[in-house]
Parts: sequence; C-alpha cells; structure tokens
Amino acid sequence: MDFVQQVAAWFADPANWTGPSGALARIGEHLWYAFLAVLGSVAIALPLGLWVGHSGRGTAVAVNLANFGRAVPSIGILTIAFTALGFGFLPGWIALTALGLVPIVTNTIVGIQTVDRDVREAAEGIGLTGRQVLTEVEIPVALPLIMAGIRTSIVQIVSTVTLVAVVALGGLGRFLVDGLRTQQYPEVVAGALLVALLALLTETALGAVQRAATPRGLRRDRSAGVAPGPPAVTG
Amino acid sequence: MSAALGAQPLVDVDWITRNLDDIWAATAVHARFTVIPVLAGLAIAFPLSLVAVRYPRLYGPLLGVAGLLYTIPSFALFVLLLPFFGLNDLPVLVALTIYTLLILIRNTVEGLVGVSRDVVESADAMGYRPAARLLRVELPIATPVIVAGLRIATVSTVGLVAVGALLGFERGGYGAFFLDGYARDFFTPQLVGIVGCVALAVVLDLVLVAVQRGLTPWTRVAR
Repeated sequence: MDFVQQVAAWFADPANWTGPSGALARIGEHLWYAFLAVLGSVAIALPLGLWVGHSGRGTAVAVNLANFGRAVPSIGILTIAFTALGFGFLPGWIALTALGLVPIVTNTIVGIQTVDRDVREAAEGIGLTGRQVLTEVEIPVALPLIMAGIRTSIVQIVSTVTLVAVVALGGLGRFLVDGLRTQQYPEVVAGALLVALLALLTETALGAVQRAATPRGLRRDRSAGVAPGPPAVTG
Repeated sequence: MSAALGAQPLVDVDWITRNLDDIWAATAVHARFTVIPVLAGLAIAFPLSLVAVRYPRLYGPLLGVAGLLYTIPSFALFVLLLPFFGLNDLPVLVALTIYTLLILIRNTVEGLVGVSRDVVESADAMGYRPAARLLRVELPIATPVIVAGLRIATVSTVGLVAVGALLGFERGGYGAFFLDGYARDFFTPQLVGIVGCVALAVVLDLVLVAVQRGLTPWTRVAR
C-alpha cells in the first residue's frame, strides 16, 4: 500500500479515534494541558510585565532575557523540570508555564512603554495617581499588544505540549513518540498532521477573536495579517 | 524536594572534564544545524523579497504562507518531512530553513521598502540602472534591517535545533544531552546543553554584529 493511503487508512479507522489512547482523547489532553499552562503563564506574566513596564525597572534585563531566551530549547526546560521533580503533571505544567511567559512579559512591557509620553504626562497633569495612570491610560492603550502577546503565548504552548510526550505524558505528541519508537510511520505522520492542524486552528481562531475584539477604527494597519513584533517560537 | 534533586550535585565538574570531546562535537553539530538553515533561508528569502518589493500585492500572501509554516510545531514538521527525505539530516535542515523564512522575508522587504524615496530618485538621476541601484544603494541602506532579521532567525534556530535529537542523537546538537540527562536522571548534561545553547547564540549574534559593522561602516558614526 502506498504511504499516503496508509496515512489515510489510519485516519479512516475508528479504532484510532476512540478509547483512552485514541486521537479524540489525545486532543482533549493536549488542550487541557495547554489551558492549564496558559492560565499559569498569564497569571504570572501579566502582573510582572505591567510592573516592569510601568516602573521601568528591569527593562534591560527583560529585553535581553527575551532575546537570548529564544535560544533556550523548550525540550531542555522540559527534560530538566522532569529530572528535577520526577514524574507527574506538575513538572510539565511548570515547564510549559515558564515557556509561555516570555511573549506576554515582553509584549506587555513594550506596550506600556510605547504609550505616548504626552498622553502619560497629560494623565499625571490632571491628577491621576500612578496606579490610575496604569489602569486608566497605559493598560487600555497597550491592550492590543498585550493581547497579541497572550495569543503568541497560547500558540507557543499548544505547540510545545507536543513535546511532553517525550517525558511520558499524554497529548498528541504520543502518536509521534510511540510511532517513532515502534517504526509505525503512518501513525507518526497522522499524529504530526493532527498537531500541525491543531496549532494552525488555534492561531486562526485566536486571530479571528482578536480581530472581532478590536475596535473598527484600529483594524486597518493589521491588513498584512501578521502580528507586529517577533513571532512565536514554536516548540 | 525530590530524591532526584537531592541525590546529586547540581553540576558534576568531573563529568564535564571527562566529556569535553563530546561537548565540542555537540557544539559543532549544533552550530552546523543553525548556520546552514539560516544561510539557506537567506538564499530563498532574498529573491522572494525582491519579488515582493517589485509586486507589493504578493507581499501579504507571501508573509501569510510563511506565517502558516512558522506555526507548525517543530517536532511535527520534522516528522512530516520524513517521508520526503528519509531518516537523515535533511528533514531537520529543511524544517529549520522553513522557519527562518517569515523573519527573513519580513525584514528584507521592510529594509528595502524603508529606503527613502529621495535616495532612490537621486540614484536614478545619477544614472544607476535598477540592478546597480539595488546592489550599491538600496541594499547597503537596508543592510542593518536585514541583519537584524538574521540575528533573530539565528538565535531562534539555535533554540529549535535540539528537538532534532528526537530523530536521532546525531542530529540535535545539545538535544542529545537533554534526552540523555532525562533518561539517566542526571542534571549536568542538561545544564551544559542550556549553557551551550545560550553561549552559541551569543557568539553567533556577535559574529553577525561584526559582519554588519564591516558591511556598513557609516552606522558606527551615526551611533
């Protein structure tokens, strides 16, 4: 049988979709891991980014971390977390959360710090306190960039969840890891197609949400369809 | 604190001195799997960017396609290229090349489009033909932006190479250290891998900065 037909046959076989190790269950696991990690990332990165952005403290450190942090492989962070903490979901969650921080922190800092100086001074001039400047002026103006950062982070986490199969957790990566080990290449390729599709759907869906949430007047400069700033680093 | 963490020193210096040859070998592989894709990516992105500058209507779709490819997780893309190239270095090299395209096309186009109109018209008035104008006027002015793209692409690629170890330890540079350390519950190779990746990224970044200064001596004065 031709290889393409073998992959098609894999998709056509209901046994590959159902049950605790079927594709549907794996997609569910994949999204559940991603969801929990995104919650962790947003909860940590958002306050951190807002504080650094507003106070201006630690900006240089954050920018360099963001730049050379790209060079740190996700699989390195992931395997170290498991070596340190043993087996279980906790090390996976910690690693995925850590990997999701960078885009949110950097975009939040950049968003806050590029708020027009005149706007900020005007806000201070009419007597707003530092906290009010942050919540009433800086956050609303920076919101599109902050949301872009969260979107990048989500796509990055959904991508990287694929790798937790390497450290014996579930998710769609199982099909790749197990299939490579047993040399079942149709299963490997079918799994990879599902991973790619899930990442693309996540990116497209978030793009649609972001467009819908952006006021009409602000939409024009996004016609190229690519978020400004550095794009996601895939796992 | 788990047993694994308590049972071993964070860094086993002895292991490092005993395995210096392996560390150098992994460094060389990691560097090769970074430099080849970035250069191949530039060779593909540059002509595509010229086309996009000439026909601006193609720029959006071109970035869109590069962006879609960029979204595919690396492990999946490596594996999807297996049937086309077989189990060798090529799936990893080709995938890493594909990932550089988004950044390189964007920066090359933005760099060339950003050349001031007055400069272009002056060059025309001086009798430059389009090819010579591109080579001697527009390209030098766009170089800082293009090199900025190369720097992002290079550092990102360093971070992506390691996953290649999942297709064989000889293809992932430091990636083998992460998997080996995980299999043996042993930190030292993993930490060596992280430090190695960051160090390699910093060194390659410095090389690119030096290249840019060599190519555009005037930017030194401007700063």
